[in-house]
Amino acid sequence: MIEVSHLVKRFGPKTVLRNLDFQVAQGEFVALLGPNGAGKTTFLRILSSLSRQTFGDVRIAGFTLPQQAAAVRRKLGVVSHQPMLYGDLSAEENLYFFARMYGIEGYERRVSEILELVGLVHRRRDLVRTFSRGMQQRLAIGRSVLHDPEVLLLDEPHTGLDQDACDILDNVLLQVAARGRTLVMTSHDMARVSDLASRFDVLTRGTIQASIQHADMPVDGLLTFYRGVLANAVAEKEPA
Amino acid sequence: MKEDTTTPVLAAERKEKISAERRGFKETATPFLRAILAVAWKDLASEWRSREVVSAMLVFALLVIFIFNFALELDPKTRSSLSSGILWATFTFAGTLGLNRSMAVEKDGGCLDGLLLAPVDRTAIYFGKLLSNLAFMLTVAAIVLPIYSILYNVNLFNPGLMLVILLGCWGYVAVGTLLSSMAVQARTRDVLLPILLFPVAIPVLVAAVKASGGYLSAAPWIEIAPWVNVLLVYDVIFTAVAFMVFDYVVEE
Repeated sequence: MIEVSHLVKRFGPKTVLRNLDFQVAQGEFVALLGPNGAGKTTFLRILSSLSRQTFGDVRIAGFTLPQQAAAVRRKLGVVSHQPMLYGDLSAEENLYFFARMYGIEGYERRVSEILELVGLVHRRRDLVRTFSRGMQQRLAIGRSVLHDPEVLLLDEPHTGLDQDACDILDNVLLQVAARGRTLVMTSHDMARVSDLASRFDVLTRGTIQASIQHADMPVDGLLTFYRGVLANAVAEKEPA
Repeated sequence: MKEDTTTPVLAAERKEKISAERRGFKETATPFLRAILAVAWKDLASEWRSREVVSAMLVFALLVIFIFNFALELDPKTRSSLSSGILWATFTFAGTLGLNRSMAVEKDGGCLDGLLLAPVDRTAIYFGKLLSNLAFMLTVAAIVLPIYSILYNVNLFNPGLMLVILLGCWGYVAVGTLLSSMAVQARTRDVLLPILLFPVAIPVLVAAVKASGGYLSAAPWIEIAPWVNVLLVYDVIFTAVAFMVFDYVVEE
């Protein structure tokens, strides 16, 4: 579903992603872990066609980026730590707007389904600026799955959410994953990702340093794996 | 009185016909046109709720014309010759304020990314923003003109002048929307937009001032026509340029 090879991204003289290779099969839920500044957000922005790679090949659902960006965007849903919603529109109006942008036929029914999915039916006519951060993030998830995308990219979706909001968010993500959709999520919350994902990739120093596949990964095991990868990366950088 | 049993049936048929016509429009409207209308609708609906952009533009425009009115103690002859310049200075300053705010709303909360992720030609976003920005500028013009007319004692209600205002505003907003989408990426966006916009907008402003002045002084068409032509050419060129480059301007 996602094939990335020899990906390089430079911002002026600074190289953020170095020769990165990454493959995800359909239906996989991949957690992309890494310290701050590792290049996770940049990588997701390239996958979501918001940024252009300097070198390398990126293919999503059979379409190449950046040449077939519009076709890729039709297959993608994106959630970031920013809600990408308009505060002066109601929850329903926000979803209607994005449904029109995605050309969804009969979108009124679909919007109702989505509001049901994210538990915001009772607030459908309220302005988004009156919503809590958790409610906004739930609506943002709703916006991202409105067109039933094959791939969902999530950039630290749990940031700033309380426990209940995180639980609701996880529940929605698991429902999406259960429908055979492909998910790639960046996060610093090991406990959450160990419950959700089935594969864990560590991105540091601009490339994927290690990957582990485990359907029921314990948090301790994940933490040990993650710290070990980071320690190796530091040791490689500064040889004794 | 005999009950008309056909009425509900006819009403239902009529309703179905109207709904089919609407559906027909929706189905035939291209994704491009649909996206343009969606973006414009979103901006107008947001503005209707917040009244953030138009109220700021309006207050600013009124302040400018009041300041000019009281600062320049002009005789009637000089006043009529300066009217078009003051009018366009007012529209320009207020317009810049609106353009800045309109794009800043998209940047806040990552909304611009949300728009760019839609699977439509990105120039649809430009044209949607252009339509809403034009609507804001023309709304301000519609309110400012009568007040200006009273304060400066000039009759501004001339169809030719209205056409010049429409063409001038279109040109200004066409280039302003493009440059504001460029400036919004920068930290210094509030300062950057006027610096980028005013030099590029000089031709449209000069032509608009000259054409408006011509109409206000009841000059013959032959004197006004070249300036109206400049406005038309500017509008076409900058709308076409924006159509070609918008995709690159908004890309990271």
